[in-house]
Amino acid sequence: MSILIDENTKVIVQGITGRDGSFHTGQMIEYGTNIVGGVTPGKGGQEAQGKPVFNSVQEAKDAVGMDATVIYVPAKFAKGAVQEAIDAEIPLIICITEGVPVNDMVGLYHQVKVKGLKMIGPNCPGLISPGKSKIGIMPGSICIPGKVGVISRSGTLTYEIVHALTTQGIGQSTCVGIGGDPIVGSNFRDILTEFDKDDETEAVVLIGEIGGDEEEKTAAYIKENIKTPVFAYIVGASAPEGRTMGHAGAIVSGNVGTAATKQKAFREAGVPVANTLDEMAAMVAEKFSKA
Amino acid sequence: MNIHEYQAKGLFKAAGIPVPEGKLALTVQEAVDAFETLGAPIVAVKAQVHVGGRGKAGGVKLARSADEVKEAAEAILGMDIKGHTVHRLWIEKGSDISKEAYLSVILERSEKTISFIASAEGGMDIEEVADKTPEKILMFGSKDYSFPEEEAKKAAEELFGGEGAEGALEIMRKLFALYIEKDLQMAEINPLVLTGSGDVIALDGKITIDDNAMMRQADLGDLRDLKEENPAELEAKEKGLAFIQLDGDIGCMVNGAGLAMATLDMINLYGGDPANFLDVGGSSNPEKVVHAFRFILGGGNVKAVLINIFGGITRCDDIAKGILKAFDTMDIDVPVVVRLAGTNAKEGNELLKGSSLVPAETFAEAVQKTIALGKGEKA
Repeated sequence: MSILIDENTKVIVQGITGRDGSFHTGQMIEYGTNIVGGVTPGKGGQEAQGKPVFNSVQEAKDAVGMDATVIYVPAKFAKGAVQEAIDAEIPLIICITEGVPVNDMVGLYHQVKVKGLKMIGPNCPGLISPGKSKIGIMPGSICIPGKVGVISRSGTLTYEIVHALTTQGIGQSTCVGIGGDPIVGSNFRDILTEFDKDDETEAVVLIGEIGGDEEEKTAAYIKENIKTPVFAYIVGASAPEGRTMGHAGAIVSGNVGTAATKQKAFREAGVPVANTLDEMAAMVAEKFSKA
Repeated sequence: MNIHEYQAKGLFKAAGIPVPEGKLALTVQEAVDAFETLGAPIVAVKAQVHVGGRGKAGGVKLARSADEVKEAAEAILGMDIKGHTVHRLWIEKGSDISKEAYLSVILERSEKTISFIASAEGGMDIEEVADKTPEKILMFGSKDYSFPEEEAKKAAEELFGGEGAEGALEIMRKLFALYIEKDLQMAEINPLVLTGSGDVIALDGKITIDDNAMMRQADLGDLRDLKEENPAELEAKEKGLAFIQLDGDIGCMVNGAGLAMATLDMINLYGGDPANFLDVGGSSNPEKVVHAFRFILGGGNVKAVLINIFGGITRCDDIAKGILKAFDTMDIDVPVVVRLAGTNAKEGNELLKGSSLVPAETFAEAVQKTIALGKGEKA
C-alpha cells in the first residue's frame, strides 16, 4: 500500500509553464501520476504537457477538481502560491521551491493546520508511492513497490537509501522528502503517523539532520505512539557549530541540534541508529530475513 | 546574514527604538574625533565583530578622556576576538544604568512562531540563564504576525517593574514590527537598560537577517561586511554552490546538502579529515563543476578530492562531462576519486575511462580510496 498518494490522486501543477514545472510535469505523467492540469496566472486557456492551464487554483478546482497540488514557482512567488492553494482548500499541498523566506512559512504553516489540510515542504523533493504515483522531483527509476516507508529531510539521501534498499530487493511503500527548511509543513511525526496507519508498511527508515529539535521530539513520539519498527540515521555529526550546512535548517546553535543528542534520543526510545546508510539498509534487510 | 552592533542600532533608531548616541571609527584618530564630537564625560569604545563575548575578550573599554580613548582604540583595533580581527569601532556615549534586562525576537522553530524571549536577568548570556534559572525567562509568540499584546504587557511589567513598563512595551512593539518588516531571524537587545532618569534604551544590538529574504531586502545587502565572511564562500554562493571551508585535507564535491553532510561524516568515520563542505546543487552545468574545483583546491591544503554524486534528475553523464572539462581547463595535481550512482551512472563512468580519475563503485569504497590516496598510499 502507500500513504498520502496513489494512482487515483488527482494532481495539479502550480508553475506548470515554467522551466522546472514543465519538465517535471512531463516526468510525472510518464511515471503514471494523474496530472489533471496546471496553473500559471495569465496563461489560462493554454495547454502545457498536454494538460489544461488555468489562471488560478480556484479556477482549476472548479473545472477539473484535484486532491493535491505541487508548487514549482520561484521563491518570491511561493508564499502567494501556497496561499492560493490554502484558500482553495486543496487537501495536500507539496511545495518543491527552495529559498522561501522562513517568516513566510510561519503564517502559512498555521493556516494549513487550522484548515485541516496537509503540506509537504518547502525545499523538498516531494514524494513517491512506487508503481503508483510520484509528486515532485524524485527519480522513479530507483524505486520498487514494497513494504518499507522512507522519510528524510534530504533529496539525495532519500535516493541513496532507496537505491540501497532496492539493490537488496526491498521495496518501498511511500518515500517522503519533508524538506530541509527550519519550518516545513509536515514533520517526521506527521508522516510516521500516516505510515503507522498503513497496514502494508512494515518498517520505516528515517533520515534526520542536525538543527532544531524535531528528531528529539520524534524519538519521544515513537516511544509513545508508533508501533511500526523505525530505523534512524542522522547526518551532520561533523558540521561546525553555527554554520548552515546547505539546508537552511541544518545548523547547530550552541549545544542545540547536534547529531549526538539526536542519536541519543532515538537510542533511548528504542530506535536502532545506523552509522551509515549501508548499515541502515543491512538492518532493514536483517529484519525482513527474520520475518 | 549577520550585521554589526552599530548597524543593528541604526535599524533600531530608524524604527524608533531609543539607542545611545554614538559614532563609527575605523582608525584611532577617528575614535578620538568621535569622542570630541560626542562631548560626553564618559564613552564606551566597542569592537565591532560578528561574534559574542567581546567584553570578556577585552573588546569593550570605558574611556573618560581623549587619551584614554586613544589608548583603548589602539588596544582594540586589530585585536583578534575568537578568530575575528577588529577593523571597526563604535564609540558610544556612556549610559547611566539603573537596571539591565534581556529582550529578543526570534524564529521559534519548535512551535513555528515568531517569539519574544524576555528576562529581567540582563547583560548575561541568555543560554546560561536558560540553563541555570529557566523560571526567569518569559517566552511567548505569534502565529499570524500580530503583536502578542497581552503577554507583552505582562512581560514589560516583569522586566523593570512599573517605572519602565511603558518604555519596554513600546520597544517590544517596535522590535516586533522591525523583525517582520526586515525579514529578520533574530533581533536581540542585551542588555535592555532602564536608565537613572527612567528611560528604557537598547544598550546593545544583534541582528540576523534571513538569507532567503535578501531578494526583497536589497538595501540590507549594503550592511554586509565582507571582512567578516570567507570570500571564497561568498563567491561560491554567487555561482550557485553551497561551500564551507573546513580545516582538513580531503576535498569533496557532492550533490545535495544531505549527501554532502553524510560524506563529511563518512570521511571522519574512516579516519580522514574533510577540507570543505560543497553542495554542487542539482544542476549538471559543467561550468559549476569547474568552479567547484577552484574553491575546493583554493584552500591550498587539499591532498585528495572525492566526488560523490547520486544522480536523480541530475544525469551522471553530464557530471562526468563537467569533470573532464575541469581537467582540461585546470591544473589538478591531486588524486581525484569519483563515485557516480543513479541516473546514467554507467554512461558517466564510461566517459571517465582512460582519464586519470580513480573510479569507485560505492560511497564507502570511494571514501576509503580518497583517504588512502591523500596519505600517499595506493588506493
